[in-house]
Amino acid sequence: MPATSDAPLVHAVNVTKSFHGNEVLKGIDLDVRTGEVVVLLGPSGSGKTTFLRCINQLETIDGGRIWVDGDLMGYDDRGGTLHRLTDKRIAAQRRDIGMCFQRFNLFPHKTVLENVVEAPVQVKGVDRRTAEARAHELLEQVGLQDKPAAYPSQLSGGQQQRVAIARALAMEPKLMLFDEPTSALDPELVGEVLKVMRDLAQKGMTMIVVTHEMGFAREVADRVVFMDGGVVVEEGPPGQVIGNPQHGRTRAFLSRMRQEEQAHAQAVTEAVSAGVAALDDAPKEP
Amino acid sequence: MTDTTADRPGAIDARPVRHPGRWVAVAVIGVLVAMLVNSFVTNERWDWAYTFQIMQQKSVINGLWMGTILGTVIAMAIGVVLGVVLAIMRMSENPVLRGVSFVYTWFFRAIPRYVLLSLFAVGFGYLYLNKFDVGIPFSSIHFATIDYSAWSSTVLIGGIALGLSEAAYMAEIARAGILSVDRGQAEAAQALGMAPGKTMRRIVLPQAMRVIVPPTGNETIAMVKDTSLFIAANITIELYYQATFFGSRAFKIMPGLMAATLWYLIVCTILMLGQSWLERYFGRGYGPTPKATKQKLTEIGADH
Repeated sequence: MPATSDAPLVHAVNVTKSFHGNEVLKGIDLDVRTGEVVVLLGPSGSGKTTFLRCINQLETIDGGRIWVDGDLMGYDDRGGTLHRLTDKRIAAQRRDIGMCFQRFNLFPHKTVLENVVEAPVQVKGVDRRTAEARAHELLEQVGLQDKPAAYPSQLSGGQQQRVAIARALAMEPKLMLFDEPTSALDPELVGEVLKVMRDLAQKGMTMIVVTHEMGFAREVADRVVFMDGGVVVEEGPPGQVIGNPQHGRTRAFLSRMRQEEQAHAQAVTEAVSAGVAALDDAPKEP
Repeated sequence: MTDTTADRPGAIDARPVRHPGRWVAVAVIGVLVAMLVNSFVTNERWDWAYTFQIMQQKSVINGLWMGTILGTVIAMAIGVVLGVVLAIMRMSENPVLRGVSFVYTWFFRAIPRYVLLSLFAVGFGYLYLNKFDVGIPFSSIHFATIDYSAWSSTVLIGGIALGLSEAAYMAEIARAGILSVDRGQAEAAQALGMAPGKTMRRIVLPQAMRVIVPPTGNETIAMVKDTSLFIAANITIELYYQATFFGSRAFKIMPGLMAATLWYLIVCTILMLGQSWLERYFGRGYGPTPKATKQKLTEIGADH
């Protein structure tokens, strides 16, 4: 595919993927334009995380093609015959794609600063001084300018995920992939990570986000893609897909999400009021 | 809660549980220690003064450095490097590499080190006494001819034999270490564009070291002791042989043995201290914060 200015940054056509005979992706088509924020929604097992991992080749696809910035991912197309790329060239293709994981995956044996500096120095060959200066800027951007010497184990989950975002940004990626970045966080830490992601979206970063955070999808996404059973069921602006879903499966998923959110809120309210009541009933010390 | 009256229980003043077994154990140990001290005092054949003299003999010191310690260093260097290579081969997608690694480990774990040393020195010497041709098999093309008899009883051959044996054990230790590192670590490194080799060297192996170091320390200490088997390869520049040889020449058998024993104690004590330092180094980022990091953190905090 020729890389023209109006070509999408990510161009995925008929992507299929099976694990041990179980077809997880059944022909996914997705285009993402530069600067666009796309949220992938769907029940667990719908294939959204697998598709995300296929984009930067943490999984190899069985069929279809994925182009990122005009490069065919994983293969060299020589006159219609595909040649598998070497590990080194695949690594080179991943340089421009940042990724954040559900479980952060910071390097525990390195400090925050070393985590951020590692890839620019080791992969791009950036001079260490320059890389450190840039790392300090990035840590400030994610609100962790006071933590460069801390080890990941000394940080909260929200702080770790923000370091992971800074680490990915240090490679100056054209595209950021987020794989359920807030699912492993305690509820009170979700906001700080979403805020960093929102800022990033406002700065024009192209992002593909797998998340269950409906509020984030509604406010930040340019487009919501609803997946179920390995296919894209429907896609469109968040107001349309979340506000006025056309398909039964989307409606069922969204109402289940709403119920869960309400049940969760209800449980929190009940627990709090029960706690207050218990305090009220407690015999007062004379 | 603040009021204390006579009928409310106060501080606990209870009889402790009695441990008669402990007193019996102390008595038995006391008798054994007394026997040992009695032997030291009454049997002049211990001859500690002569023991210390043997420990300081040039030939004994030379045997310690050029045999026991050098042999350990050679063997462990080969063992660790080859062991890591074997571990990576064992986890390879290539079935040939996996098979070779398995067969290697199977073979070298089954052969006693004493037998292996004889095999390398005496056995190979029997096959290729003066001429060991290096070249293309089944052809008359030779790149070099080695005089094996000049090498067969050197610390180098002893170290190689023990190192090849050690690699079989180190492979299992390294494999356990590599498998202990979460898969997400390699994925994170790959997602940053790191090639597989660099991912292994910079991200996976340093974390695996936390699991690899403690058993490797034990292996090193065991290797120091196993160099006393060098005599199987007729290697005489080695602590045990030199110390006992000196002792028996002077008819001071026990002082000779004790000279070797004390040196082994000293070397192994130093190694144990080194091991605990290494464990702390590779354990950084885990568990309680080390003092230096805390210091750094407060300094940085003060800047802002």
